[in-house]
Amino acid sequence: MAAAEFEVPKFREYPVIPALRPDEMAGSKPYVAAAPIQEALGFPGQLVDDWQAKAITRMGELLDKYRSFRVYMDACVHCGACTDKCHYFIGTADPKNMPVARQELVRKVYRRYFTFAGKYFPKLVGAVDLTRDVLDDWYSYFNQCSECRRCSVFCPYGIDTAEVTMAAREIMDSVGLGVKYTGEILGKLHKIGNNLGLPGPALEDTMLGLEEDIKDETGVDVRLPIDMKGAEVLLITPSADFFSEPHVDSLIGYAKVFHQAGISWTLSSHASEAGNFGLFIGNYEQMRKAAMRIRQAALDLGAKRIVVGECGHAWRVAYSFWNTLTGVGLGGEDPFAKALQQQLDPRHPVPQHICEFTYDLIQRGALNLDKEANDHRVITFHDSCNVARASRMGDMPGGQFVIPRSIIKSVANHFHDMPQDTICESTFCCGGGGGLLTDDLLEIRVKGALPRMEALKQVVDDHGVNFFASICAICKAQFNKVLPFYGFDTSMNGGVHQLVSTAIQLGTKE
Amino acid sequence: MSFVTIFYACIFYAASAMLIGGLAYKIYLYSRTPAPLKIPTTPAPTTTTGVVYRLGREVVFFESLFKSNKWIWIFGWLFHFSLLLVLMRHLRYFTEPVWGWVVLVQPFGKYAGFAMVAGLAGLWARRLFVERIKYISTVSDHLILLLLIGIGLSGLTIKFVAHTDIVDVKAFILGLMYFDWQPLPADPVLLVHLFLVAALMAIFPISKLLHAPGLFFSPSRNQVDNPREVRHLAPWAAELEK
Repeated sequence: MAAAEFEVPKFREYPVIPALRPDEMAGSKPYVAAAPIQEALGFPGQLVDDWQAKAITRMGELLDKYRSFRVYMDACVHCGACTDKCHYFIGTADPKNMPVARQELVRKVYRRYFTFAGKYFPKLVGAVDLTRDVLDDWYSYFNQCSECRRCSVFCPYGIDTAEVTMAAREIMDSVGLGVKYTGEILGKLHKIGNNLGLPGPALEDTMLGLEEDIKDETGVDVRLPIDMKGAEVLLITPSADFFSEPHVDSLIGYAKVFHQAGISWTLSSHASEAGNFGLFIGNYEQMRKAAMRIRQAALDLGAKRIVVGECGHAWRVAYSFWNTLTGVGLGGEDPFAKALQQQLDPRHPVPQHICEFTYDLIQRGALNLDKEANDHRVITFHDSCNVARASRMGDMPGGQFVIPRSIIKSVANHFHDMPQDTICESTFCCGGGGGLLTDDLLEIRVKGALPRMEALKQVVDDHGVNFFASICAICKAQFNKVLPFYGFDTSMNGGVHQLVSTAIQLGTKE
Repeated sequence: MSFVTIFYACIFYAASAMLIGGLAYKIYLYSRTPAPLKIPTTPAPTTTTGVVYRLGREVVFFESLFKSNKWIWIFGWLFHFSLLLVLMRHLRYFTEPVWGWVVLVQPFGKYAGFAMVAGLAGLWARRLFVERIKYISTVSDHLILLLLIGIGLSGLTIKFVAHTDIVDVKAFILGLMYFDWQPLPADPVLLVHLFLVAALMAIFPISKLLHAPGLFFSPSRNQVDNPREVRHLAPWAAELEK
């Protein structure tokens, strides 16, 4: 049990909605980004003098640029449907962690400056000036949202708090109030090519080491190539896969799948990161700049297919946004998109999730899998929020739920789902997504994990689950941290391709 | 022509102008604002037809709200569906001769008024007694419910307790529509009812009642899930590629 300076929430006997504890988490704030971090991203180094006017101007610009933001500011009727849906509210009972109340922090300012009622009758409609106190609330509570979209599933108008959080973070960045964690990571990505700041040579060393490990374990020469021109597949994976546990075990799994399928592939040292924290800070230009590295790598290496490793928000950006941002996709009619797309193989989806890739191979009988190899494991699957509610796999709506489960059932005999209202589109966030995966936010991370941990506890008690599979680098890192707070062992934390890796029988097919 | 008639004729013209003009302006703003990224809440339909069905289910059944909270769904759906019946029934005061289907709706619309007020009362009770919803309620949230309850109760009173000369009311309304003003009966309950309705029309485009057009413009609900197959690009985003 890790030592905590705060009270770890108790498992609830019944999932009752907690009574409100106002300002419970008002003190939870991430470290503010220093000037060099902010300036490297083109934001002011510190809070500018006329921040209030600048923030309102920026809000106006965002209202003109994003239909989501404009419509969501007007459409909420305060019906309360979302009030009990956020994992951070369930774990903290702080009313400002109710999605509607979180949105209201921005909406009450929107009303004051952009609506007739708020300009002339502010008290009547709950409109307020953008004061320093309000800004402090923004900094606190918009860094207690993991942009997981669970609230948007349940809103009768589909209002997505993630969009509001992104707008608020963008406004704060634009006046010089940024978060150290996300800013620093984006800086590294722009400079070196991945979130960890691993340069090319270090990456090559790591891959050579992994090749030796696989050889020792299986006796088979499985390659993990970098910057190999002419490879059919360019694999873009979260950099955590290169050295973090248990992430690396899934990377080994991908390599084994490529090996047995006999499909040539490569990593790129220029685009050695699937993650894109531009999403978290809600800045289109930053997100585009980060994604452009992938376009460049694909063009330089001449890849025909682009496959994305296990990472939730990265898959959202890849699946939903890459085509828009950088033309990595299909069906583009403009010269910018065509320059890349004429090189890509339209017989396969672009980009393709590693789970789609493996699933196809399994369907075609291209992999030799020994389910018994996973018999020591009783498995459950955590739907990562961005995969579940902001993307898809396969050609069917909901394929993102079917395909990973189908892979698990093809490589293992013992699988049990967590309760229905905590999986698929209703899945609970791990508690560390959306740019919150930093130790200065540990308290909110641990508390926000409560609903997920409760659901896990149920299948541990009922079925003896001992393997908690996910397909997200952030989920895996978050679970490493929070599982012990709830009395679980971190050894149960792992990836779907880690299971594939165990089951795949190398040397039997190729 | 009495003062009451002139006054009510004026406020109805003004309220109609605010309702239509205000809504048209808001809808213009919504449609003009680009949605630069594909953000449907998934699983989402992969075809336009699918999106029409998804929005249809939201409008007719309040599908997401049903998933979310059964109490809000029951009260909210009861109110909205009853309001629809009541509005359809009221078409008889705007048409001569009265359309056939409006005649058919009449008996249902008559009693839907009670269901409507019941639904509103349920919603208000939640606002008053459920801690979370009380916390997020503004003064205007309570007032809009009171306004709607006031409209419902005054309407029911006219229908079931203190009748007005409905033939004269219809003549007044048709007169407004064809710019041939006719006197309005000065029954107090009728005047209250009409005044509240005019107020509701006027505040529609400047209040949360914008949720009605908003739903149709909500990108998380109205977008097709096909980002890999079709390149989706907003005009301001395309500029970045030049």
